[in-house]
Amino acid sequence: MELAFVIEKFALVIVIFMISLGVAAYSTLAERKIAAFLQGRVGPHRAGWGGMFQPLADGAKMFFKEEIIPTQSNQFLFIAGPSLALLTALIGSAVIPWGQSLTFGDTVVQLQVADINVGILYIFGVVSLGVYGIMIGGWASNNKFSLMGAIRAASQNISYEIAMGLSIIALLMVTQSLSLKEIAAQQSGFINWNVWAQPLGFLIFIICAFAECNRTPFDLPESENELVGGYHTEYSGMKLGGFLFAEYINMFISSAVMATLYFGGYNFPFMNDLGLPQNIITLIGVLFLFAKIFFFIFFFMWVRWTVPRFRYDQLMNLGWKVLIPLGIANIVLTGIWIIVKDTYFK
Amino acid sequence: MNLFYFIAFLSIFFSLLVIFSKNPVYSVLYLIVTFFTLTIHYILLNAQFLAIVNFIVYMGAIMVLFLFVLMLLNLNEDSEPMKSNLIKVAGVVAGMCLLVTLVGSFRALGDSDPLILKNPEIGLVKNLGKVLFDEFLLPFEISSILLLSAMVGAVLLAKKDPKKI
Repeated sequence: MELAFVIEKFALVIVIFMISLGVAAYSTLAERKIAAFLQGRVGPHRAGWGGMFQPLADGAKMFFKEEIIPTQSNQFLFIAGPSLALLTALIGSAVIPWGQSLTFGDTVVQLQVADINVGILYIFGVVSLGVYGIMIGGWASNNKFSLMGAIRAASQNISYEIAMGLSIIALLMVTQSLSLKEIAAQQSGFINWNVWAQPLGFLIFIICAFAECNRTPFDLPESENELVGGYHTEYSGMKLGGFLFAEYINMFISSAVMATLYFGGYNFPFMNDLGLPQNIITLIGVLFLFAKIFFFIFFFMWVRWTVPRFRYDQLMNLGWKVLIPLGIANIVLTGIWIIVKDTYFK
Repeated sequence: MNLFYFIAFLSIFFSLLVIFSKNPVYSVLYLIVTFFTLTIHYILLNAQFLAIVNFIVYMGAIMVLFLFVLMLLNLNEDSEPMKSNLIKVAGVVAGMCLLVTLVGSFRALGDSDPLILKNPEIGLVKNLGKVLFDEFLLPFEISSILLLSAMVGAVLLAKKDPKKI
């Protein structure tokens, strides 16, 4: 383990960490602006030009608010809940390839923290851990509404993880690899994007991503008008901020995963025909990846202010009786398609 | 090797905490940490696929369900039902039987024939898949049928008897 390698990876981790937090902070502003746009309002516009400093103001407010820990709660787990939620949200970015490699003289810098050959499964594992923060926080609050929210979150995540896994299996049959770097590299150009090969799989995946992030129409764990605030009813100050921030970071990471798995990651049309140097192509690729991510974040918000929340039985029916059979059918169809392609269209 | 002993110590430490903590929710949380240390053991053995599957299935799914059930029942130290001595004795006997079985099987295994040293790459997804779907196809399929039958049984038990309604 050379020192240069450690410094390179450490710098990359810090940059990605900063970007995650920055994107999450400005997503809160974007959410309010988009909500205002869809509802014919102006939205936040006092702090800075067009509300540019609103996230800073919100952050400062969160920090200076009084931290209340209920006396009947479990003190340690009460603090562990939001910390775990933030932790699991942030570690997902480790395996995402943010771009191709940059070359400075002799050194080649990969824009990916860790290229492990079970990358997709790592993402899947991190997603499945994400529910612990909510469950522990909700239970430790010692409040019936919080507990209801936590239990809803657990059963919802378990149900939608299965459908998500099934959609990923169909994707793996096409890509033949579990490494995210290789999957991104396979989709060069425009026609090779996985979404053209797996449209149904992508539909299942994006619905499950909404459910895993607890976004409307699946935000039953925190539905305000039946559960007060759901799992974060008892939270205040920066611990509440931790939960809200974790939701926005999750949204950012799952957008990045969707862009990488189905929409070509850092690849963009005609990237090999421009005749530009490799470093420039890489930088443009990073910009394209972020454009795709921001589109998906916008899509998350667009859906939030368009589709009303589901009832709980509708949520379970959709997960178990619609998405899982569709996922299995998708696997069978993909298998048949691969065999037909290999036999007749060689 | 030092890393192995450190992780092994942590595994045993947290699994003892699972048994000795009074609050069942704490027990489950310690069990999750224990499973995490087991995941690290798999990584040390270069069994990446097994590590990540242990991570997803045990830490991410089964333990969530455990926690879910405990939170739903909301067991506390006060409301914990007193167990009769008969159950305690039966528990000790069952635990000892498991210990004897494990010790016996490990003695029979011996360390003269370590599987992991023959092919250190066996834990990678590609190699494991080839072994599972080629050499061990029949046991693999039979164990999946076993899981399916357990699932059917659980549904059958949970279903209400239509005649009694």
